[in-house]
Amino acid sequence: MDTQTKPVSLREHVVPVTAGEHVVSASWLKQTLAFALADGRVLRWRDGETESIDAHAGGILSACSDGERLISGGDDGRVVTTAAEGEPIEIYRDAKRRWIDAVTFSGSGAIAWNTGKTVHARDDKGKLRSFDFASTPQGLVFAPKGYRLAVAQMNGVSLWYPNTEAKPEFLEWKGSHLDVTWSADGRFVVSSMQENALHGWRLGDKPTHMRMTGYPAKPRSLSWSHDGLWLASSGADAAIIWPFQGEGPTGKAPRECGARHAKVTRVAFHPKALVLAVGYDDGCILLVRLTDASELLVRPPLKASGITAFAWDKLGKRLAFGAEDGAAGILTLPT
Amino acid sequence: MSEKIPVTVLTGYLGAGKTTLLNRILTEDHGKKFAVIVNEFGEAGIDGDLVVGADEEIFEMNNGCICCTVRGDLIRILDGLMKRKGKFDAIIVETTGLADPAPVAQTFFVDQDVGDATKLDAVVTVTDAKWLKDRLKDAPEAKNQIAFADVIILNKTDLVTAEELAGVEAAIRAINPYAKLHKTTRCDVAIDKLLDRNAFDLDRILDIEPDFLESGHHHHHSDDVRSMSFTIPGDVDPDKFMPWINDISQAQGPNILRSKGILSFKDEPRRFVFQGVHMILDGDLQRDWKADEKRESRLVFIGRDLDENELRKGFMACAA
Repeated sequence: MDTQTKPVSLREHVVPVTAGEHVVSASWLKQTLAFALADGRVLRWRDGETESIDAHAGGILSACSDGERLISGGDDGRVVTTAAEGEPIEIYRDAKRRWIDAVTFSGSGAIAWNTGKTVHARDDKGKLRSFDFASTPQGLVFAPKGYRLAVAQMNGVSLWYPNTEAKPEFLEWKGSHLDVTWSADGRFVVSSMQENALHGWRLGDKPTHMRMTGYPAKPRSLSWSHDGLWLASSGADAAIIWPFQGEGPTGKAPRECGARHAKVTRVAFHPKALVLAVGYDDGCILLVRLTDASELLVRPPLKASGITAFAWDKLGKRLAFGAEDGAAGILTLPT
Repeated sequence: MSEKIPVTVLTGYLGAGKTTLLNRILTEDHGKKFAVIVNEFGEAGIDGDLVVGADEEIFEMNNGCICCTVRGDLIRILDGLMKRKGKFDAIIVETTGLADPAPVAQTFFVDQDVGDATKLDAVVTVTDAKWLKDRLKDAPEAKNQIAFADVIILNKTDLVTAEELAGVEAAIRAINPYAKLHKTTRCDVAIDKLLDRNAFDLDRILDIEPDFLESGHHHHHSDDVRSMSFTIPGDVDPDKFMPWINDISQAQGPNILRSKGILSFKDEPRRFVFQGVHMILDGDLQRDWKADEKRESRLVFIGRDLDENELRKGFMACAA
């Protein structure tokens, strides 16, 4: 780490939370913070009080939130929603107890998840549609508008309209696609790949490819800026931020922010400003402002406490984080 | 960095006794907890262990290496399991009877996240004393599984005569004389003979002497899969050897199933040890040669349709 430009510290504004288990995800349900934990529990935090809920009979593999509920998929083959109050609600149970390691939601209230080679989509009215893909679906994400789902899988990304009989459109690119994200304007779909790269498509009558390579590790965390013009990614010793103005990043160099002698594991853009939370495998967290690359220290390095989860609250006043060793915390930005 | 979790790969042709062996490992009183990745979910439901169903999805790496196939499902499952570190001491991957062990093994060398968190301990192959000879004739998968093995369980020995057993053993040894072989009736083998083998650990490749010294001189030229070893009774020139072994691995990688070597480099006090799976080579300078140790250079290939004379000639030309 460059000691000459030691970042200003926000450490005294962090309240620690003991989650006690590898944190899979963090989500704000209005004023309540919900951590999904690898041992199957959901930990609710509100005003300093914590409550542990047994949501799964195994581990939680994947979780997301629509702002009202935490939606989790587990190795017990169940999809469960947990709200800010009350008991968890099971919305799906796989008869064979297969892993559910991808869950996602849409702005209109739909939820989707995977079991084996099948993707299930449940719309806001509760109607369930399933589709069997040729290879195991990995990352899932809904289009920002319309009931359409992107499915990352082997050798490409499928775009599926769950409410039609039409065969999914297949965006082909050789290799194993892991996570997938859709830009807010609906123009771009970007996947992370097993071979340490991002691959993107500019959608249209004839989708065009965008290759984003050069990562030393898999870029497993992706975050769009609030204005939709930047896509931040993990997988290097700095956050790699690709420009998505105009035609996308092809032929342009990415920004690199928060370079340290550690691997970036999580990134999360502030919901209202060009400020990026960057978490590292050595436990450190920095806030980086894109406009002038200034850095603020949120958490100093801590052994075996690599960052695994981030969540900004809706207004961007608080940042929740979680780590692989069960440590967690909440930063409240000073006003 | 925390200890890497050892992974044992369990292969064997249909009906050889894989499930019996798996159940034995899981039920024996050894105080270890396992995460088990099975190909047919529900086959082995053992309380207290994590059992995960897998799909054996193989994909080709985009790196231009045609035999660099890896198991995508395995990468995904191991990623999920790593969130629950501390819940188990070791991982067992059971493959289907028809599976080629190479993609499983290669996953541990090719995928960085998998390699950072886990280490391949050994490939254990269960074979059937009664039916193996037939399978070797009609099933190339059965041959691959033996060629790949670090440990071979020759099971169901009670179903054959002593003479038949000797015949099966000779057939196995013609393909792979280097694996440790255990003869069993119901896969009754001590668990420490299967686990913690460190078969892929360069520091543990102490020697590559065959486990079994062939009595007499068998030549199995009719067999397409077999092993061969070459020795130079002294040093090799690394400037000749390194490009040669790289070229061989590139050109003949698809046919080389496993390779191993311990080499004496000229003017180098340390042993150079390497091992490979198809085109993927992993090698390093290791400990010093001991004073009473004979400095020689030895290579082993196990593969299909390899030209022994050509390989010997190539290796001998690397002598210093």
